[in-house]
Amino acid sequence: MALLEVKDLRTVFHTSEGLVTAVDGVTFSVEAGRALGIVGESGCGKSVTSLSVMRLIAQPGRIEGGSITFDGQDLLTLSDDEMRKIRGKSIAMIFQEPMTSLNPVFTVGAQIAEAVTTHEKVDDARAKDRAVEMLEKVGVSLARQRFDAYPHEMSGGMRQRIMIAMALACDPRILIADEPTTALDVTIQAQILELLKALAAERHLSLMLITHDLGVIAEMADDVVVMYAGEIVESAPVLALFEAPAHPYTRGLLGSIPTLRTGKSEKLTVIPGSVPNPLFYPGGCRFEPRCPSAFPLCRERHPALARVPDGRLVRCFLYDETVRAVDPALLPVAREQRAAAATAAAPATATAAAATSST
Amino acid sequence: MSETRVGAPLLEVEHLRKYFPVRGGLLQRQVGKVHAVDDVSFTLGERETLGLVGESGCGKTTTGRVVLDLIPPSGGSVKYAGRDLFTLSRAEKKRTRRDLQIIFQDPYGSLDPRMPVGDIVAEGLQIHGLLDKKGREVAVREALEAVGLRAEYSRRYPHEFSGGQRQRIGIARALVLRPKLLVCDEPVSALDVSIQSQVLNLLKDLQREFGLTYLFIAHNLAVVRYIADRVAVMYLGKIVELAPADELYREPRMPYTIALLSAIPEADPRQRRKKRIVLAGEVPSPVDPPSGCRFRTRCWLAQDVCAEREPEWRELHPGHWVACHLAEQTG
Repeated sequence: MALLEVKDLRTVFHTSEGLVTAVDGVTFSVEAGRALGIVGESGCGKSVTSLSVMRLIAQPGRIEGGSITFDGQDLLTLSDDEMRKIRGKSIAMIFQEPMTSLNPVFTVGAQIAEAVTTHEKVDDARAKDRAVEMLEKVGVSLARQRFDAYPHEMSGGMRQRIMIAMALACDPRILIADEPTTALDVTIQAQILELLKALAAERHLSLMLITHDLGVIAEMADDVVVMYAGEIVESAPVLALFEAPAHPYTRGLLGSIPTLRTGKSEKLTVIPGSVPNPLFYPGGCRFEPRCPSAFPLCRERHPALARVPDGRLVRCFLYDETVRAVDPALLPVAREQRAAAATAAAPATATAAAATSST
Repeated sequence: MSETRVGAPLLEVEHLRKYFPVRGGLLQRQVGKVHAVDDVSFTLGERETLGLVGESGCGKTTTGRVVLDLIPPSGGSVKYAGRDLFTLSRAEKKRTRRDLQIIFQDPYGSLDPRMPVGDIVAEGLQIHGLLDKKGREVAVREALEAVGLRAEYSRRYPHEFSGGQRQRIGIARALVLRPKLLVCDEPVSALDVSIQSQVLNLLKDLQREFGLTYLFIAHNLAVVRYIADRVAVMYLGKIVELAPADELYREPRMPYTIALLSAIPEADPRQRRKKRIVLAGEVPSPVDPPSGCRFRTRCWLAQDVCAEREPEWRELHPGHWVACHLAEQTG
């Protein structure tokens, strides 16, 4: 059984403008010792998903449905006290901006030691030793001296190391990392990613990595979940996802990032328009208004996340055998052919029209 | 390939310096200076895109601002169309500034929330006293349409637009003055990837349509490679390598460039096993930069000479410039 299983999670926000369903029926699992990447653009619900797992959703937000099973226990049925024993102990989290997650008036060492004493019965001297040991583990040189430093005396990369030290001080089973390197420069990002990889391997730690950066996903994740407008649209092992993205959104996303190999004259794929307003999601497929492969059914019905022959999950009618069987004319292939036929016919009509007007 | 397209230099930047004073003590006396831009030289041909890349604090944004004379330089010169910008009279300067425009990174902070979009775009025309009211309206409409926005949007306010649309408004505001040169300061780094590609494609189209020259400042090397003809890499206030884009990415010679390229996580899981160069430590303080080569404290090839002498800025082979004692060994 997976270490963490999220089933049909639904997290909503009751705003003054209406009900925003930030996470809408999200299902995934994290296996022991593996890294799951959750990727998507701003507002897709990836961060709310991770905060829901930690049960850190504050008013006006609420987890309204689903289950989050960690090590056989449904976290959503636990009392606040019971949850507090798991949070930071078995499931730890690091955030994008280490400065806002650290307390500016305490030394970094004291904050790491506090993480230890919160969950374990150890005396102060012992906690301090553990903190220093963690500082060394995350590559902070002169750890004993740096124990007494304040967050503002450190650079962004150093602060993220402190956050990692704090998160791993109690030897958690899962580390949730929400955009851990987004605020960092690329050479520092490389250091932090290497560090996370090494520590995860050494401690048999599961990672849940939330990011908008497909490069970071390709680098770190074993399995990937792609989110769009509060839902999972595709879920696949990392190699399969990058080699043959199935959902039109995943394809668009991969095509729109210039890589070091993109040709200069190549046009980047553009996903037209922008993400729909969460107050008014389209009734059918949420990606339909921006989808190059959409057909009439996509506007009428909401596709389910379904397994396709190669084993991955995709939320798209293009991969739905029953739709294919019922009405092949609905399929974009047929539509593209019709369009091709139409454009082939068009120049002839245009010439004819021009001929008529000139006479 | 760009040689045939690229004309005479439109912009010549020579030995440009910008130091910011560091004050301290009871009397707030100057106790040091930040070497933000330290002896930077490059040229920019007409219709060319020069990418300026580097990490936070390397001086790339300051370079862009000094080039536009938005902040005064501490030394050096910037020639636009053969004339030194810093010695122009006030009137001449104002006239020249019409040709030199800027697009900012933050599409939220750079638009006045209390101004309708039409007024934001028209403001430059007004300041320069160009066109009458009618003419300005036409120009605004054309600019909005050129960046892919509907002309009716001119009565709306910035908050009604998404990030990508706001960035288009920022581009329209620059474009309305029919500039020759645009400094694009991280124009896509605040945008989601699907929107980022829309704006990059737009910038490429506009360059072709209006014959624009870009100084494209960014930290994302893949974006720069896609849009730039030549790329300059900055480290601690200095340009350390400059070459045609394809060549720089294929054959980087300065160890910093090599490390920078190697650090990018590529969107290709098969590249994961690639041997990565992970630089130790962090960028030293620009208040007190290392002697000799500024990169030597993090360079895995550094030798005694790197601490003793500052490497000269030399042309390794035509078009490929580098400041490194050891560039011959890295090829």
